[in-house]
Amino acid sequence: MARFGMAIDTTKCVGCMDCVVACKTENDVPEGFNRDWIVYDTRGRFPDLSMEIRSERCNQCDNPPCVDCCPTGASHIHEFGKVVLVDGKMCIGCKACVASCPYDARFIHPEGYADKCTFCIHRVENGLEPACVAVCPTRCMYFGDLDDPNSQISNLLNTHKNRALKEEVGTEPRIFYLS
Amino acid sequence: MIDPALHIWGWEIPVYLFLGGLVAGTMIISGYFTFKGHHKHSYFSCFYLPHVSLVLLSAGMFALFLDLEHKFYVWRLYTTFEVTSPMSWGSWVLVLVYPTLLASTLVKIPEPFQNRIKLFDKISARINEHPFLIKNIGAVSMIVGAILGMYTGVLLSGLQARPLWNSSMLWVLFLVSGLSSAAAFVHMITTDRYEREMLAKADNGFLIFELLIFALFFFGLLSSTRVHRVAAHLLIDGAYAPVFWVFVIGLGIVIPLAIQLLAVNHKVKHTAVAPILVIAGGLILRFVIVFAGQYSSWSSAFIMK
Repeated sequence: MARFGMAIDTTKCVGCMDCVVACKTENDVPEGFNRDWIVYDTRGRFPDLSMEIRSERCNQCDNPPCVDCCPTGASHIHEFGKVVLVDGKMCIGCKACVASCPYDARFIHPEGYADKCTFCIHRVENGLEPACVAVCPTRCMYFGDLDDPNSQISNLLNTHKNRALKEEVGTEPRIFYLS
Repeated sequence: MIDPALHIWGWEIPVYLFLGGLVAGTMIISGYFTFKGHHKHSYFSCFYLPHVSLVLLSAGMFALFLDLEHKFYVWRLYTTFEVTSPMSWGSWVLVLVYPTLLASTLVKIPEPFQNRIKLFDKISARINEHPFLIKNIGAVSMIVGAILGMYTGVLLSGLQARPLWNSSMLWVLFLVSGLSSAAAFVHMITTDRYEREMLAKADNGFLIFELLIFALFFFGLLSSTRVHRVAAHLLIDGAYAPVFWVFVIGLGIVIPLAIQLLAVNHKVKHTAVAPILVIAGGLILRFVIVFAGQYSSWSSAFIMK
């Protein structure tokens, strides 16, 4: 059984926000909300500065607190690719999952249910890449099966320095940043 | 860009947690008095506390309902039981709380309501035929009340993404605060001298214990990771410190404790001032913990502050 993850090469990302626009278009994300976003992380002191540009989204954690705290089972781990999804018809909009996410990746859809990145599961099930990955002009995003040792993403993670965000929280995120 | 300092819960959740804690306290107190047989005296608080608790808990539940974004799907809570979700536990605990409160109200039906609903009169008569049933209702009321009080704290401490809530002391704090508010409530409304004296003394104990729990709560956070230390400083000397020290510790605990210590030693009369301060302090405590907790985060932007 696949376990999908994503690797994002921060040395290639230029912060063009194509991924953000593609996600909003593909998933009909309402105005004022985003399922993915760009972070410009500047460190150091002028003029000795370094900057990392990151495309961030739900980290599709292996140990997702949003699923654990959901009182109705609306937040669940989908069998296909172990993707964390929300069933809008089960969600009561209690916002416990929003409070439990260390990545602040969830929001309440204007229709009342919790919403977030789905890795474009509807596209992946049909053999396509997630919209953000498909449109990236610098091809800095890699999507695939982390459990397949021969997948491109597994090879990249084995051969390149990488890190995940806030690993210390213990959620075991599945988005990795290559640097 | 999603706001990293998400403020997702407004006034509804603190009010719900406060009323839940208060009802937990009243259930324990009325359960204790029922267990001890004080239901025989109509002027004792246990005679009317369950009735008041039903109203207070329903008001709290209504506040929670107002907070839900998908209101008409609320029944989904009762189509499943999620073992890892404190909120799921809480919703099922409430299924125990309401019948327990209802059973407590039937131990002695208030005169104006007697002979109105035959079924209730019949159950009440049956309960009173068997004194052991009354004792059991008192014991169950204490147990269910304690579970409800603990739940109000566990609901927050189960959310690991908010460092301020990552404390195993939170459920103790909310349980004792609920007991303290309930004792103050009974102290304020009871007409019985013995009960007033007893609840004032008990409340003094709860308030002192609450101060000790606060100390342990801060020791725990301050000896933990950097995010937890920064979160603790939100209350100690940060953005929420003025409200916390003035309204929660000062006016909510220390001053009413001093007044009640004088009252139980017969230096001053029992008045409603101290109980009102304790109850208001309990409410503000929930607001401070819920709001400051939502402000705390694992993000580097929060740590740098």
